[in-house]
Amino acid sequence: MTAFEKVAPPQGRLDVTALYDWDYLVQEDRAHRLIYTDPAIFEVEMTRVFGGTWTYLAHESEIPNANDFITRRLGLRPLIVVRDTANKIRALYNRCTHRGTTLCRWDKGNAKSFQCPYHGWNFLNTGKLRGVPWPDGYAEDMRDPKYNLAQVPRVESYRGFIFGTLNLDALPLAEHLGPIAQIIDEWLDRNPGGKVVVCEANRFRFKGNWKLAYDNSCDGYHVAYSHRSLLETENRFAGANAKGMAYYRNSPDTQPMYMRYTGHGNHFKDKRPNLEKRPGGLWALESAHPGMEHYEAEFLRRYGERAFALLDLAGSEPVNINVFPNFSLLGNHIQVFEPLSVGETNAIWYGTMVVDDGTLGEAAVTDINALRMRTQEGFPNFGEVDDIANFEQIQCGLMAVEDEWVYMHRGLGVPGRIQRHDDGTITAPATDEAFMREHFKEWKRLMKSPHNLAIAREP
Amino acid sequence: MNAPATNPKDSDPSRSSYYVNDAFYRELIGNFTGWQDDARAVADAAVRDEFRRLLEREARLLDQLRYDDWLAMYAAECIYWVPSTPQAGDPRREIAVMFDDRRRLEDRVYRLRTGFAWSQAPASRTVRLVSNVEVFASASDAARMLRSNFLISEFWGNETRVLTGWAGHRVVRAGAGWKIQAKQVNLIDCDQCIRNPSIIL
Ligand code: FES
Ligand SMILES: [Fe+2]
Repeated sequence: MTAFEKVAPPQGRLDVTALYDWDYLVQEDRAHRLIYTDPAIFEVEMTRVFGGTWTYLAHESEIPNANDFITRRLGLRPLIVVRDTANKIRALYNRCTHRGTTLCRWDKGNAKSFQCPYHGWNFLNTGKLRGVPWPDGYAEDMRDPKYNLAQVPRVESYRGFIFGTLNLDALPLAEHLGPIAQIIDEWLDRNPGGKVVVCEANRFRFKGNWKLAYDNSCDGYHVAYSHRSLLETENRFAGANAKGMAYYRNSPDTQPMYMRYTGHGNHFKDKRPNLEKRPGGLWALESAHPGMEHYEAEFLRRYGERAFALLDLAGSEPVNINVFPNFSLLGNHIQVFEPLSVGETNAIWYGTMVVDDGTLGEAAVTDINALRMRTQEGFPNFGEVDDIANFEQIQCGLMAVEDEWVYMHRGLGVPGRIQRHDDGTITAPATDEAFMREHFKEWKRLMKSPHNLAIAREP
Repeated sequence: MNAPATNPKDSDPSRSSYYVNDAFYRELIGNFTGWQDDARAVADAAVRDEFRRLLEREARLLDQLRYDDWLAMYAAECIYWVPSTPQAGDPRREIAVMFDDRRRLEDRVYRLRTGFAWSQAPASRTVRLVSNVEVFASASDAARMLRSNFLISEFWGNETRVLTGWAGHRVVRAGAGWKIQAKQVNLIDCDQCIRNPSIIL
């Protein structure tokens, strides 16, 4: 894939980027409401953020075989993420080069080629134009590469997670992830064979800007209040053994959990230090889930002491690993944010299951997953619904034009609260908004530059 | 660990979940596969009317937020299942929109009543239409399968929207009447992003 076409500045329109003072809109302690409400700013984000940096597209387990495809979006661009006939993963623009029709209208499937429903141009899953009906009606040679599908010029995977960027100067993905790659490794490596497989999703839409979801991704301040109904519900029988996220209830900042900013807008909330470090320590924190008492008794009967390590695989890993702008690993979910417009966003919680690495056996894997599906359904049903209701209400509140600022200064200027480390990372107590201040610096960096953006086509 | 009973025999399904086991999953999948069979359709108008009344009452109780009465329509060991795919795959290896056993169903109701469920503050107003009720015999005379179409108009957040699809109920004999042992709610957009899915369907 060598033919790159540089992305030209928007034609026939004002270059709006010159109209905004990004340093005014995002300050150290506060952000202006316009960055959440202004359609023109949203439009700039759709190229400079979603395009200028690495965006999560899909997981390799969703396209395990040659010719598998799945339709996704990079910002607003419709994509077909394929594993082509030669097993190369590509992100093709789902846009016919003739007059622009989407080629594929299915969510997923297996196809060697895509035929446009409009006039029948046919494209291989490498993006190459294979043929057009009645080519003698064209004066020129239709094998010109400009008729091959546009594709995302850089598509890279990190241990199964597929990302794409249009920015030819972006760091290689692994370098871009930097210190957070190791945290992703830890998240994966607790699973057998260091692997997970995506198994459908809890899918939400909210009428709010996409950043409201990312601003919340590392927020430890909201839990005790936003999720009060969840905390009360999951502890209704718990007695002294507090369940779930109950550790947020009393002075969360003195708990061993913390947040860490790792650069490039990426951050991490680590609640693992709150657990007892023993097999079963994670499981002990789980609130009630369908089948839990049966499987617990059954595992103990079948596997003895080993049961606790297996039960932990069904337990929800207490981390939030957030890769700017649209990806989050939390519990056992892969959460993805998809902007739809300045005021509408999808938040999709892909479930994951474990696969046998040869040490577990079929029966154990089936049972772990049966339990793991149920633990994963808990938070989206009883927690996320309240988060997205709040995001919608923020969007509503921000319609008040004269009241301009959103504050994100919790922790700022409090002596001894924020630690800056030699590796460039920053740690702070769990309720600190340092993560938000830092990812907005990355947002600003991306918004200030047009970047070296390109699309690619097969030669 | 979460419940007082350590023995499935004397457990209360509102407190501990022993019945959701592998055999249960297999039976559930079996019961909800290939059941809409014309050969098993019940034509008797009185029987069909009996079950239509049951479904209409369920819809009314949910519209009126009469959750205790609604829960009482369900067997002690029950399942409320909203699949995330139109084919309703194996819930042991496919995450569902909702998959509640008795205890989680009661959790769901408990949460809505805490006063802190922001997604339902204020609560949605709903009106449910239930129609096209068909009754199918099942392998056991103690059970019937019901198919119905539903259309829920939901007023929430200054707008009215529609949630629609079809439901499969498995009802089992309980004394002179019937209890709902399993309800499978098939939203037509179950594999798409849904705004605020926080009411009971
Ligand atoms: S638009 Fe695709 S073939 Fe004409
Ligand atoms: Fe939250």
